[in-house]
Amino acid sequence: MFRLTDTAIDLAALEAAVRRPENGGMVIFVGTVRSPSHGRTVRYLDYEAYRGMAEREMERIAEKVCEKWGVRQLAIVHRVGRVEVGESAVAVAAASPHRRQAFEACQYAMDRVKEAVPIWKKEHCTDGERWSLGNVSSPE
Amino acid sequence: MSSEPIQIKILLFAALREAVGKNELTLEVAPRVTPTEVWNRLVTDHPALKDYDNTVMVAVNQEYAQPWVELKAGDEVAFIPPISGG
Repeated sequence: MFRLTDTAIDLAALEAAVRRPENGGMVIFVGTVRSPSHGRTVRYLDYEAYRGMAEREMERIAEKVCEKWGVRQLAIVHRVGRVEVGESAVAVAAASPHRRQAFEACQYAMDRVKEAVPIWKKEHCTDGERWSLGNVSSPE
Repeated sequence: MSSEPIQIKILLFAALREAVGKNELTLEVAPRVTPTEVWNRLVTDHPALKDYDNTVMVAVNQEYAQPWVELKAGDEVAFIPPISGG
């Protein structure tokens, strides 16, 4: 499952996407909207994505995860549009026969989401709005 | 080889979209033009884009690409400012 959604992230569906009899565990990371952020009070975030390419980059991350850890069950979901403080903005699930691979694959995949998937957030704070500075994207 | 102009589709996101006021443009360009040349033309038309000269990345047909590749008719060229998902 590699998708963008403009409604709340369904963690049960994410978990179901990676649960398999041959896996002994899964690691799920959920990123939530934080306030304060860098000393500013956040009202909400507004995410914009390059639809099509964003999902394709998620699939490329999964290919890399499979190559590095042999982990085949990976799922990534990212919100687009307005997301309130405390809500989930992104979730990554990795499942594998043994826990170490699942932990490592989940961390790697989340790091790569922030480095390569074309998504942007505008921070709407009590003192104004601005595009998050972000990372210059780094394709593999 | 033909020197007839070709049409390409340009996509702009986030701060770049706001600087230009549109998320999509169709441009007529010389054949084998590069994303760098297209970017420089956009900067001429929209000077606010210049701030992103050193950080913008390019994708051609939804895949990251080097800025010196030669573009073909119908290509979708996206200019990608620093990303901030998560």
